[in-house]
Amino acid sequence: MSRIKSVFAELKAQGKKALIPYITAGDPHPRFTVDLMHTMVKHGADMIELGVPFSDPMADGPVIQRASERALAHRVGLRHVLEMVAEFRKEDGHTPVILMGYANPVEAMGVERFAEQARLSGVDGVLTVDYPPEECAEFVGLLQSKQIDPIFLLSPTSEPARVDLIVNQASGFVYYVSLKGVTGAKNLDMSEVAERVATIRTKTDLPIGVGFGVRDAATATAVAAVADAVVVGSRTVQMIEQSDEAALSQNLAGLIAELRQAIDAVH
Amino acid sequence: MQVYDMPDGRGHFGPYGGTFVAETLIEALDELRAMYERYRHDPEFLAEFAYDLKHFVGRPSPIYHARRLSDQVGGAQIYFKREDLNHTGAHKVNNTVGQALLAKRMGKPRVIAETGAGQHGVATATIAARLGLECVVYMGSEDVKRQAPNVYRMKLLGATVVPVESGSKTLKDALNEAMRDWVTNISDTFYIIGTVAGPHPYPMMVRDFQAVIGVEAKVQMQEMLGRQPDAVVACVGGGSNAMGIFYPYIDVDGVRLIGVEAAGHGIETGMHAAPLTANSPVGVLHGNRTYLMQDADGQIIETHSISAGLDYPGVGPEHAWLKDIQRAEYVAVTDDEAMAAFHNLCRTEGIIPALESSHAIAYASKLAATMSKDQVILVNLSGRGDKDINTVARLSGITL
Repeated sequence: MSRIKSVFAELKAQGKKALIPYITAGDPHPRFTVDLMHTMVKHGADMIELGVPFSDPMADGPVIQRASERALAHRVGLRHVLEMVAEFRKEDGHTPVILMGYANPVEAMGVERFAEQARLSGVDGVLTVDYPPEECAEFVGLLQSKQIDPIFLLSPTSEPARVDLIVNQASGFVYYVSLKGVTGAKNLDMSEVAERVATIRTKTDLPIGVGFGVRDAATATAVAAVADAVVVGSRTVQMIEQSDEAALSQNLAGLIAELRQAIDAVH
Repeated sequence: MQVYDMPDGRGHFGPYGGTFVAETLIEALDELRAMYERYRHDPEFLAEFAYDLKHFVGRPSPIYHARRLSDQVGGAQIYFKREDLNHTGAHKVNNTVGQALLAKRMGKPRVIAETGAGQHGVATATIAARLGLECVVYMGSEDVKRQAPNVYRMKLLGATVVPVESGSKTLKDALNEAMRDWVTNISDTFYIIGTVAGPHPYPMMVRDFQAVIGVEAKVQMQEMLGRQPDAVVACVGGGSNAMGIFYPYIDVDGVRLIGVEAAGHGIETGMHAAPLTANSPVGVLHGNRTYLMQDADGQIIETHSISAGLDYPGVGPEHAWLKDIQRAEYVAVTDDEAMAAFHNLCRTEGIIPALESSHAIAYASKLAATMSKDQVILVNLSGRGDKDINTVARLSGITL
């Protein structure tokens, strides 16, 4: 059983929802990333979503764009990100790590080589933002042959037939983008999120994560009430951006603990 | 002869093109594709398009025999397809008229665009004013500085110009930002992409709207000379003016198609914008797969060209395909060669060409010299150079 699957199963047995914080690898400096991953796990993260820096992050809002730029200033690329995951795995064999990034760095490495290196590094899931299912059948096959879950986005605008197409290719969980827009955009319409998540549930048994607009404890609680996992990205990255290096770990720990509490408050 | 029929139903030109976007954009692209399929052969839509091209843009653009230039070069006869004489001064307007008419039919009150040199932004702002649509143009903040007259022109036409501060602050970043706007405002916004790149159906749709250039040229060359040219030459950034003139010629035997990229300071310096000529690796950017200037980590690298309109790290996927099947040839011309061609054309023919088009003229002049006097080269003179006089003056050490 994949790490993602087993963590969701454990949480379900405990009646809990998953907290999946996102940070961009190499932000603010590559020397912090692995420690920050451990810190987040220690304070309540169930899985880690690790962003692969890209020069042209088309689906991201300004907060995550700036994180990418900070990481790229230290020339952090996909190879380094995989090394960071391998480093993290030396001390943590349990927590799933999901890479989130864009197609071009993967293609530059070569899809086969990437899938193999990702497996060796201990990556559990890969979300490639600009690979819709129609364009990545080969890639999905490669990942699954390495026991890596391909994670796909579902959007508020996905038609029912597309939802079917996507859930049939996905494994691990599906990621519902809770608003029309880029990462970190405006406020969520929770009733729409609840309705869409309910619709997706009729089509798949996969756990459903919700993200793209979770900005505080209150929205985390609201999302946890309807979803299986809460993904928090721009908020964590913003915390990193606004923290002095000395306070970085402590501030992020505080934020994760607060989100954990908010999510657990649902039950 | 085999009939050229590209792209496939999902926008692939062989291994290139496609729809590489986040899920949040898929529905908007599906809607656009469906609407374009509905109207691309619709007689009423095509009649309205043709009417605006004639009465608003001023088409057909003439073919002009550059006699003095041809004599000076001393080889093949050089003819220009005069896209510089269009309303707004370049070929860009052909496509914006087409897309804006589509936006109107789709009931979208707001259009957005990206722009590099500002020509596509001006062309979009122009048609938006004519149709009463709200218009927002994204432009890299570096380009805003380089192209001040066009920024003011867009504002005069009622558009909002948004300077983009992210990344390299040029055309590619403007495109990223326009995509972000579109995904956020899908329900009321139509994104008018200015070149034959982006996710399907854009490369096909922009090509189709620009194909009027080549369709006219074929008729005009026949009328004027009773024959077709031996070579068609056009500059290639994203590649819309080149695709527009190449496309109707793809199935015509004996016509060489030559795309001229920007070699900047020289291909060997790495400071250029010529992914095809340099054989850059294939990758994915802005919704399509194509040749792409990038580093070993797959990060898109900064490009260089004297011409803002050619300063783009990728190239339209159909050009990538035409290169691979060897139906078109791709070459590159340096900043210096383009500048020399610019000055030369001003004085030999009384035409101030755009710096983009100057690349095509520079290569055509070199090529003509190797050909005989009874041969013919048709150059797409894609735009006029008024917008570039500040750049040229600065490079000549003159303050206007």
